[in-house]
Amino acid sequence: MEMPEPKPEILANKAGLIARLRSVLPHDAIIENPVETQAYECDALVAYKCAPLAVVLPSSTEEVAEVLKICNEMGIPVVPRGSGTSLAGGALPTADCVILGIARMNEVLETDYDNRVIRVQAGRTNLSVTGAVEEEDFFYAPDPSSQLACAISGNIAMNSGGAHCLKYGVTTNNLLGVTMVMMDGTIVELGGAYVDAGGLDLLGLICGSEGQLGVVTEASLRILAKPEGARPVLMGFDSNEVAGACVSDIIKAGVLPVAIEFMDRPCIRATEAFAGAGYPDCEALLIVEVEGSDAEIDEQLALILDIARQHNPVELRESRSSEESARIWLGRKSAFGAMGQINDYMCLDGTIPVSQLPFVLRRIGEMSREYGLDVGNVFHAGDGNMHPLILFDANKPGDLEKCEEFGAEILKLCVEVGGCLTGEHGVGIEKRDLMTTQFSQDDLDIQMAVKDVFDSKWLLNPAKVFPLDLSDSRRAA
Amino acid sequence: MDVIETEVALAERIRDAQGPIRVLGGGTRAIGRPVQGEALSVAGLSGVVDYEPGALTLVVKAGTPLDEIEQTLAADGQRLAFEPMDHRGILGVEGTPTIGGVVAGNVSGPRRIAVGACRDFLLGVRFVDGAGRILKNGGRVMKNVTGYDLVRLMAGSRGTLGVLSEISLKVLPTPETVATLTVHGAEGGGALDAMTRAITSPFEVTGAAHVPGSASAVHLRLEGFSGSVAYRVEQLKSRLYDLGEVTVETAPDSSAELWRKIRDVEPLQDAYALWRVSMKPSAVYAGLLPAMSERAHCDYLMDWAGGECWIALSENEAASLAKAHGGDDVADGAAWLHRGLQEAVADRLINQGGGGHATLIKGPDALRGAVSVFQPEPAPVAALTAGLRQKFDPKGILNPGLMG
Repeated sequence: MEMPEPKPEILANKAGLIARLRSVLPHDAIIENPVETQAYECDALVAYKCAPLAVVLPSSTEEVAEVLKICNEMGIPVVPRGSGTSLAGGALPTADCVILGIARMNEVLETDYDNRVIRVQAGRTNLSVTGAVEEEDFFYAPDPSSQLACAISGNIAMNSGGAHCLKYGVTTNNLLGVTMVMMDGTIVELGGAYVDAGGLDLLGLICGSEGQLGVVTEASLRILAKPEGARPVLMGFDSNEVAGACVSDIIKAGVLPVAIEFMDRPCIRATEAFAGAGYPDCEALLIVEVEGSDAEIDEQLALILDIARQHNPVELRESRSSEESARIWLGRKSAFGAMGQINDYMCLDGTIPVSQLPFVLRRIGEMSREYGLDVGNVFHAGDGNMHPLILFDANKPGDLEKCEEFGAEILKLCVEVGGCLTGEHGVGIEKRDLMTTQFSQDDLDIQMAVKDVFDSKWLLNPAKVFPLDLSDSRRAA
Repeated sequence: MDVIETEVALAERIRDAQGPIRVLGGGTRAIGRPVQGEALSVAGLSGVVDYEPGALTLVVKAGTPLDEIEQTLAADGQRLAFEPMDHRGILGVEGTPTIGGVVAGNVSGPRRIAVGACRDFLLGVRFVDGAGRILKNGGRVMKNVTGYDLVRLMAGSRGTLGVLSEISLKVLPTPETVATLTVHGAEGGGALDAMTRAITSPFEVTGAAHVPGSASAVHLRLEGFSGSVAYRVEQLKSRLYDLGEVTVETAPDSSAELWRKIRDVEPLQDAYALWRVSMKPSAVYAGLLPAMSERAHCDYLMDWAGGECWIALSENEAASLAKAHGGDDVADGAAWLHRGLQEAVADRLINQGGGGHATLIKGPDALRGAVSVFQPEPAPVAALTAGLRQKFDPKGILNPGLMG
């Protein structure tokens, strides 16, 4: 993966930078020792590593503003970082950059149940937002798999989703306002505790901008009353086509489950060997979860089971207790760990129109044989967001490159059938060079023009999202 | 007026434009400062491009009449869940509302509190920018974070950043049935309390509105399968009995008609000037309403559990405000109130630190031309807005001045 060459004049003036940073930050908020900066050399896309010039860990919006002002004046690139759980390399440093980590900013600032809003510092982890309100039976809906560790700032940067977005939407649908610092140190408030923009929807533009337009330091989030209960049903089918048709029929019937999860045979086998959840050995497995009171759940599940029976399932298992529910979810929740047990893997994130599911799965199977690499598929079927896991051996020379090539082919296929490169992980560096398969030059130009408005010198996370040759003149300017 | 029938023709027309263009769908939502310019309608760009009921996705051309979309969806038991308001009643106009107009105005309805706004259902757009470039963003899938989200930016940009040509939307199943609980006599804090209890319950209320006046009432909507609705009606009733007499409307047609009237703000449609405020509900009741009653006698309607407040000013009241505050014309009275309203909304003591915005939705040209129709933005935000406009519409020809 190509990254821009570090600028020698920045590397040469590290002492000058550190001296200026010391004038605005406490001693323990600056990391410059190469041994310690190594902890920030990558995010969850561990194939790529580069230690940054320095790391700063500010504790307030004002400190963030001071740091950005200095870096802007000195022309030093800044890579914002939440918890570093990006699977797309969103927080990957360059040798001449400052990592701006906001993990120390993790306080709850205001909890307002009546108005259904919580205001937090953006370094707070996703799960601990729910943790702060669950005593009153509220929750924060977006639930990415990394929710134990990932920060709200990163969720906003990538517009993160999760398993339950079929019903509750993704981050942008649950974000009410932000405090954001721009590269020149200007602090702006977008949105608040109210809904929808009065003028242009800048809040919507910020969400998903991968830390390239500003550094979000505080966020107002929609919190919701917890449903009375939730229960899943597990169904096994002997073909992907049938499972896909069943998903479509459930949706058409007017039931709106909170989650419809899909696993294919390689993934089922791997998770069975790993977690022993008692899944049937079949081609395709669905987990469908609905919410409500006991009676409401029964009503919805009865309808869903009726539909499933019309598709001749090889297995149909309705949960009747929280233990049974946990067992149904066990395999799904350990799927990534199970695949990791077999080998190294790369997790993709393309989204496709649901109707294309059987075709795409068949093509992935064919490509798997061509490349000689195994693939397991586990994904959110209700919204077409796929997560093919390609297995490879990082210690075998050439295997990573082969895996990346295979991954790129799968993503191109997603675009060809009317989908997109990434549903919830973001572009980062991982999908940066594939952007031209989904967008025309003009489509990308207008996006880059947006960055020109927010960060005219292209210093914020500059080497991400856009192919380097397209952003070259802007970054050099 | 130019009627355009293809995206390519639309791009050529904009590329060749010599002066300002007034962009129209069905022309039923003339909101914003009056625009001088040649009218350009996209009503000729019409038709369903792709509809997949099993995937809950719909792709349509921007000029497609809303009616046609609703009929197409209804045939498969689905709908636009964000419940777009019809502005024809309050604005007193004829015409055929188009989906492009809905998206350009980010127009939603009472169900916004439960499922989200128009912008939340928008999956992708194709549009022509002010330089005449045909651009796309988003797509037709439900999850998509590929590149910047210009989809949200285009929603509500009112044709000032580009002219929409094609729109992809998420749709939802129409529930089996609907019921409405009405709490009679609830006023002020009691009305807010009723809506707050409902919306913070686990019972998935899809509408919570307060119609004040001599027969002040709070309406709460429940939708879903019949067994589930019946259950939730009882649960909610037991939480509201102390706030007033509670009645239940179980006939779906009657509920639909009631919520149509609320959606279209029908009780206030005779207003001389009409504003829409978005603030957090507690700030509307504790801050905004008292602040407004000091200034003028207005009529109100609260939707979104109190988070959306409609404020109506009669012509008589506007005239007496004009007289009291040294204006020559009736519109001057409304302009005085308008400025006071936007100041109140921006006041942290009134908005309780949660911010908000007030927009003049209806008023004579003289009024709309004299004031900042949309909430003025703080300087750094205004600079971003201006910067974006310059990039999307370098010649400044698309609905110039409409959003101030």
